[in-house]
Amino acid sequence: MTEARYAVGIDLGTTHCALSYVDLASGKDDEVAQAMLRLPQLTAPGAVEELHLLPSFLYLPHPDEFAAGDLVLPWSSQPGMIVGEMARSVGAQTPIRLVSSAKSWLCHPGVDRRAAILPAAAPEDEVARLSPYDASVCYLRHLHDAWNHAHPNDDLAAQEVVVTVPASFDPAARELTAEAAKAVGFDRLVLLEEPQAALYSWIHESRGDWRNHVRVGDVILVIDVGGGTTDLSLIAVTEREGSLELTRVAVGDHILLGGDNMDLALAHVVKNKLAAEGKTLDHWQVQALTHGCRHAKEALLADVTVDAVPIVVPSRGSRLIGGSIRTELTRDEVARTLIDGFFPEVAVGARPAARSRGALTRLGLPYAQDPAVTRHLAAFLGAQAGAVDDLPGFEPRHGGSFLQPTAVLFNGGVFKAGVLAERVLKVLNDWLATDGAPPVRVLAGADLDLAVARGAAYYGHVRRGGGVRIRGGTARAYYVGVESAMPAVPGLEPPIQALCLAPFGMEEGTEAGVPPQEFGLVVGEPVRFRFFGSAVRRDDPVGVLLDDWSPGELDELEEIEATLPADSRMPGDVVPVRLRASVTEVGTLRLEAIPRSGSEHWKVELNVRSATAQ
Amino acid sequence: MAESTPPASNRLSLALATCWRIFSDPAFAGAVARLRSGEALPGTPAPAPSRLHAAAPDAALQLLGLLQQEGRFIDFLEEDVAAYSDAEVGAATRVVHEGCRKALRQHFAIEAVRSEPEGTRVTLAEGFDASAVRLTGNVVGRAPFAGSLTHRGWRVTETRLPKVAAGHDLSILAPAEVEL
Repeated sequence: MTEARYAVGIDLGTTHCALSYVDLASGKDDEVAQAMLRLPQLTAPGAVEELHLLPSFLYLPHPDEFAAGDLVLPWSSQPGMIVGEMARSVGAQTPIRLVSSAKSWLCHPGVDRRAAILPAAAPEDEVARLSPYDASVCYLRHLHDAWNHAHPNDDLAAQEVVVTVPASFDPAARELTAEAAKAVGFDRLVLLEEPQAALYSWIHESRGDWRNHVRVGDVILVIDVGGGTTDLSLIAVTEREGSLELTRVAVGDHILLGGDNMDLALAHVVKNKLAAEGKTLDHWQVQALTHGCRHAKEALLADVTVDAVPIVVPSRGSRLIGGSIRTELTRDEVARTLIDGFFPEVAVGARPAARSRGALTRLGLPYAQDPAVTRHLAAFLGAQAGAVDDLPGFEPRHGGSFLQPTAVLFNGGVFKAGVLAERVLKVLNDWLATDGAPPVRVLAGADLDLAVARGAAYYGHVRRGGGVRIRGGTARAYYVGVESAMPAVPGLEPPIQALCLAPFGMEEGTEAGVPPQEFGLVVGEPVRFRFFGSAVRRDDPVGVLLDDWSPGELDELEEIEATLPADSRMPGDVVPVRLRASVTEVGTLRLEAIPRSGSEHWKVELNVRSATAQ
Repeated sequence: MAESTPPASNRLSLALATCWRIFSDPAFAGAVARLRSGEALPGTPAPAPSRLHAAAPDAALQLLGLLQQEGRFIDFLEEDVAAYSDAEVGAATRVVHEGCRKALRQHFAIEAVRSEPEGTRVTLAEGFDASAVRLTGNVVGRAPFAGSLTHRGWRVTETRLPKVAAGHDLSILAPAEVEL
């Protein structure tokens, strides 16, 4: 393999992708030169533009929909689908052919992520479908082709590639992301959590000055609210051998709540206002209204002296003046809907409301039921109250009800509206004040849109020994469900115990011990296990067996599945195996079944339904 | 000298006579071959290179398409504004202004030719760029010229028009839309 010339960071976002790179030979430590790759993409039929962001949208065109030759890319004359800006704009009018938010589907616990289920709204048999995994492959392939087009002598597959994933991604979604990257040809691949990437970017932007902005004992809260998801992480500042060290101590749940929800909420407020005046809008006009609301919102949030911004919903036909509907968005509506709706002032004891879902819910994305980002934040800090108790240099907190951060790093396009960041700070500081703690400091200076890609590229440089690294390992402990032996009681499920396979904080490239418990696997038949993760039980060693746990302590993940091939055994035989966990160099969890005798071992599938679709 | 464009009735006999002479006169045949391949006839002066050239329409069509796509520019100009009140026209203008401005800023970098505020006195040294600064009013005497800046001017410093696929029909500024 040739020596990599660049470290490349890829932000594979829910709504946008970006690619940043660092020339590995360009400099030392904090001083490396960095650039963003301009990504050629179709912006209209027959028009290709180079933009910094590639919208994460895929459009599956009808064969008669576009003229021959109108979908040409610099590296492909006949792409079968449209990726990027044009996919988004065309798809807004033909949603049945649009794949959007594929990344949220990739982390959807209730679906087969390798099954062709997208676009979710497509009529059966009329539109070819893709799996969430295929969509990730498409975006990565587009980035790969764009890079190779710009760097014909430095194949992206030969560079150090860092792909970011949400900190809250489950092990199966991480593995699928890594597999998608491998399918495109990235062999030198590592995964990095997005909030960590944002912090790396901040470190890089500070050009070495970051050491003057944090001190031992700091807990940095990274709040990343992007277009589709909210991702929370806590990173502690510790010291080893006289130099500062960063340890990621906790990550939040996967919350499908972001800027798109906010624009939609505003559009609904304005739509209802128009409905009260007797003006109804069709689907196309609501799209245009959402677009108009986004601009009006930005204008209102940027300038506090403006009280109302007019919005015009253009007619769809060629009569622009005669057919347009005029309305306005007021400061009061924005304050009520956005600031109080999504960032309400709540007590630190507040928790997100969970409406019970109806029995017959249509299969869709599990959007957050509570739109209040501040309540999700309160729940996260409450659950992680003891996250730093065991770290050296941290005084044990005196019975605080929540973890007290000392610094905050904002990331994600939502916080371009300074008012929203200020509101989060106010709520946070009110919580801290009631506990007698000092207010948080803001770590400023990162680019809210591009920080994740930039931080990822910088991390590729850091991994080669070029600067400070954030440690932490896996952010969860993992358990397999074991049915406890008890006499069968009709109507009562046997109680389940949780056996710890992988402790909290496993580093990349390490292997956990093998717990002594054995499981009987039937040769040639898939056997399923219930699988659990915990973001709060940080002290369970491998092999510990939990009889009961409090709600919220363990989250049930998708089932995992082991199949023993019938190579040298009789099908139907029962083979006792033990389970071993390891974390690969890439950063994915790996489970293996090891028989009592012999040196064989078999991979346990994390993404189960794919295994059944043989 | 024969007329340069003989009528159709004369052309048949000319063709027949020419056909015979091509066979019988090798020098004549060579001249016809050169004529057919587009070479200038001996004695015909080559046309002087034109000092004017037609601007290629592609970029203009592309820009019109972008302005329509982003800002409904053609819709706006093709509509009869006389039928509407100023308030109605004003409301539609917001769509046009916002969209066209976005298209403009995305595809061009534009800056003022002169950075001074309008109304200030400026001096133009000898050899100033007459295409970038226009003199108006009492234009007499010699450089340096002193005067008041009435318009700052605009200059494009960078053009970033989208690349166009070969064979793409740019004359369609906006396709007709048919909803199924």
